[in-house]
Amino acid sequence: MTTKFALVAAAVLIAGSTAQAAEPPLKIGIVSSYTGPSPMNGRALDQALDFYMKQNGDTVAGRKIELIKRDTGGPAPDLVKRQVQELIVRDKVDLIIGLDYTPNVLAAGPVSTQAKTPILVVNGATAGIIANAPYMARFGFTTGQIAAPLGQWAVKNGIKSTIVMYADYGPGIDAGTFYKRAYTEAGGKIADEVKMPLQNPDFSAYIQRIRDAKPDAVFVFLPSGAQSNAFLKAYKDAGLFDAGVKLLATGDLTDEPSLDAIGDAAVGMITAYHYSDAHDSPLNAAFVKGVKEVGGPDARPDFFSVAGWDAMHAVYDLVKAQNGKLDPDKTMELIKQVKFESPRGPIMIDPETRDIVQNVYIRRVEKRDGHLYNVEIDTIPMVKSPSGR
Amino acid sequence: MVSRAMVTEAASPRAIFAEHERWRWPETVFWLAALSVVYLFPEYLTLASQVVISGLFALSLDLLLGYTGMASLGHAAFFGLGAYTAGLLGKHGWHEPLSGLVVAGLVAGAVGLVCSLVIARLQSIALLMVTLGIGVMLHEGANQAQSLTGGDDGLQGVDIAPVLGLFDWDIFGRTAFLYALAIAFLCFLAARRLVHSPFGLSLRGIKENTKRVPSLGIKVRSRVIAIFTISAALAGVAGGLLAQTTQFVGLEVLSFDRSAGVLIMLVLGGAGTLYGAFVGAALFMIAKDFLSASDPVYWYFWIGLLLCVVVAFGKGGVVGVTTRAWAAIFRRGGAK
Repeated sequence: MTTKFALVAAAVLIAGSTAQAAEPPLKIGIVSSYTGPSPMNGRALDQALDFYMKQNGDTVAGRKIELIKRDTGGPAPDLVKRQVQELIVRDKVDLIIGLDYTPNVLAAGPVSTQAKTPILVVNGATAGIIANAPYMARFGFTTGQIAAPLGQWAVKNGIKSTIVMYADYGPGIDAGTFYKRAYTEAGGKIADEVKMPLQNPDFSAYIQRIRDAKPDAVFVFLPSGAQSNAFLKAYKDAGLFDAGVKLLATGDLTDEPSLDAIGDAAVGMITAYHYSDAHDSPLNAAFVKGVKEVGGPDARPDFFSVAGWDAMHAVYDLVKAQNGKLDPDKTMELIKQVKFESPRGPIMIDPETRDIVQNVYIRRVEKRDGHLYNVEIDTIPMVKSPSGR
Repeated sequence: MVSRAMVTEAASPRAIFAEHERWRWPETVFWLAALSVVYLFPEYLTLASQVVISGLFALSLDLLLGYTGMASLGHAAFFGLGAYTAGLLGKHGWHEPLSGLVVAGLVAGAVGLVCSLVIARLQSIALLMVTLGIGVMLHEGANQAQSLTGGDDGLQGVDIAPVLGLFDWDIFGRTAFLYALAIAFLCFLAARRLVHSPFGLSLRGIKENTKRVPSLGIKVRSRVIAIFTISAALAGVAGGLLAQTTQFVGLEVLSFDRSAGVLIMLVLGGAGTLYGAFVGAALFMIAKDFLSASDPVYWYFWIGLLLCVVVAFGKGGVVGVTTRAWAAIFRRGGAK
């Protein structure tokens, strides 16, 4: 009798605990720019997350995933620090995905460490900025990871001299420095190095310097948008493409949302980057199609959305591996083993630095059925991020 | 206590100043309400501390715009100077916060003094252009001085010791809020004393009629230099507070957006009232926080609408409207 009673009691208890299994949702904070100088970042991230959750359901290992979104409005470290703090103490999020701009990442780092809340960084491309934040991992890229392989590739492909031109601010100096170092170490010659003001109204004087120096190629880094478009137009108008001077850049200049706006001036330009929506793989084809489904026929995935998709994919795997939990220390331990096929190609997280390791592709801008694409022409496999400038 | 009517009759200058400076009970309510945030909204303290800091920054601008009639489009220059000073001290071994704040104020004040030598000669459009220029120059200067400021990436590694060696910086922002509120209150008291002094009266004279005040024996130039220096120093203290409480300094402390933002807060709250600075900062930042959280993509529309409504219908900002409404009710009550 007692045994029977115990069994019944046990059964009731088990039933009770399974009934309770409708556990509270897992809260994921999303911090990105939805307004300000780069609202396309927030839009791209939303499209990627929407698509991922449509594709894989909004419940994983019995836990519903709830997203709590915050707008940083651009580079705003004091605001971002506060938002991350509030997401952790007030909304009690289990993990945060997002952050663009280097200063925002740097400001969020100490909060993440203090509260032991993992942050999967999707952008902020300066090398070494998550080194002091043990609960951060980067799913985007670093400028050095991209610019250095381009320098080596240029030498191998017969480009003997380059003019290096960049906007005089953190990311520009980063790009210029990494390209120059890799290029000269591989035996290339720097014909000239030109720093340009961040808000430059007219590029004709700089274009003239290229004409005078007659290099094999120009490496350029400018903030994408009005600045890079004006530069490209001046470059084309001066006939430099026709004169055979190759134009090299990181893919920031030709990211998918701005590519069609640049227009035909960009055709023939060579860039290095980790993601192109023309990347040839079934996974990417599905990603491109999915983003169009949630974002409309004109939506194109870009570096930001692919980082968001990958971060979300990693989160789903992490929750599955921990049976519906996200313990901070266990999560960070598992993140260091992340390795999967992404729409951009194979990626993994470097267990030492928590930075992403990925293929860097050399692409040429080409026109296909009325649209411009970054067509991949060469691959440098599994490039690590440098630790600092 | 001397009543208002008696003071005007007696017209003793000392009594007039005393009456102006008299502490009124709504002021006690205001500061107690600010303090009560610690208990009422313990999860909103980080936002509250940034409101207080922005309020203090707006207060520094109020001394210029509201009391002296000088607009500035580059006041973030001094805010940023204070922030970088406090940040750099914290980074390079000077971790004590209070002394760091004093140095931040002194540095910003010193640069303000130098700038004011030029600014005291200018009015209206020229004044706007030069203050704008100072702001842009410092912003670009900080961008260029990468090795010192970290440039576009921001100044990292700022380490601030616990306040008075007792109160450590907690993740809820309790220390940050109480520290910012205490400093802001002290600065407010100083500003309040200043605007109700004979010196403050002369500033209002300059605002009303710059050409006429010299006939009263007031040297406009030296007064403008003095108030600009004080205002710059206060802005520097506010910047220093932000750097210490966030333990990070980004380039945007010097941005035009911050100069414009503080002007908006002040106009929203009501210039020339001292309290308008804090009320405007609270209203603007809480509205921003609330709207951007509820609609991260289109929230700017509502902010724009709020600004249009206040500027179009609320002369004198929130404090102006409230004071008028209060006076209207009080007078009607008295007439019966």
